[in-house]
Amino acid sequence: MIYLELFISFLKVGALSFGGGLGMISLIHDECVGHGWLTEAELLNLVGVAESTPGPIAVNIATFVGASQGGFFGGLLATLGVVLPSFIIILVVAALLGNLLKLRAVRATLDGMRPSIVGLILGMSVILCLNLIFGIQSVKSTPSIDFFGVIILALCWLTSFIYKKIRKKQASPIILIIFSGVLGAIFYGIC
Amino acid sequence: MKKLISALKLMLVMMKTGFFTFGGGYAMISMLHGEFTEKRKYLSHDEFMDVVAVAESTPGPIAINMSTYIGYKRCGFIGALLSTLGMCAPSFLVIFIISLFFDRFLEITWVANAFRGIQIAVIYIILSAGIKMLKQLKKSPVNIVILCVTATLMVLFSIFSVSFSAVFYILISGGIGLVIFLVKYIKERKGGGSK
Repeated sequence: MIYLELFISFLKVGALSFGGGLGMISLIHDECVGHGWLTEAELLNLVGVAESTPGPIAVNIATFVGASQGGFFGGLLATLGVVLPSFIIILVVAALLGNLLKLRAVRATLDGMRPSIVGLILGMSVILCLNLIFGIQSVKSTPSIDFFGVIILALCWLTSFIYKKIRKKQASPIILIIFSGVLGAIFYGIC
Repeated sequence: MKKLISALKLMLVMMKTGFFTFGGGYAMISMLHGEFTEKRKYLSHDEFMDVVAVAESTPGPIAINMSTYIGYKRCGFIGALLSTLGMCAPSFLVIFIISLFFDRFLEITWVANAFRGIQIAVIYIILSAGIKMLKQLKKSPVNIVILCVTATLMVLFSIFSVSFSAVFYILISGGIGLVIFLVKYIKERKGGGSK
């Protein structure tokens, strides 16, 4: 029952993601790659699309994965799944338990989760680097370095570094996405 | 009736915000601040900061949390419902339409090549989001241990193909936070009792 699976998977993502945006990327990765809905490269394509289209990233990804697995209703249920936990939790906090978040035990639990989320997102970026740039999926795979990938990564860093120096603020992801898209089309097109 | 009309108005504002904000999360916060605090005066600056604090410390996408909260505060349940719906509707429609064409779009060679480049940029974006969160994190010994153990185990498990969902790391570290708090609390109580 694909609808139920989509709904439950994204319910987990919605219920356990903190910090917005990319904080939930490892949860989405586990649910979507684990179910075989996406490969790692496809997930990255999708994040690229989500970053350059309007709206919250989690909603974008849920809609896309849901729609590609189960059509319109798949998209609807996945989106509902990702939104529902927030909706219920916020209503409870706003309506009944305004002081819930001030309870020290609740605070301590939430504060305990924070470092693991930072760890997950950093670990995720290492895994993606190994996987897509160095060609290491598991211990058995022979490494193959994607030199253009290394160059594009370095140029992304350089671009945002220079942008920060000149404009005094962080480069928007869209700038980096367009820039690396052009580079990718040129580099991989030539070879 | 009056409530419904103001909830519908709120929904339209949320739809506008949902449609014109890219990248979600923190970009959304400044957009909503402009819309609700500066322009419409629905919330004072302090109230707005409270909403941000609640949205950040509860699970789920920040934009969704904020639209539900603002909606509830202004017009009750119906406000929360319509304003959350308004926030989701634009991205749902845009992405749904894209999802219909995306696979065929990727069959074009230069588009596929461009996306190979974009994948690298996304890795960079994820990494820099992680570094930004790392900078904001309080660097207590417990935090650093949890962070390092999580990141190391995750990479090792992935390389050795052990499946262990990210859900568990989050739940276990939440549990650790709670246990540490309880141990301290009990000690405090005992210390207080002996005085």
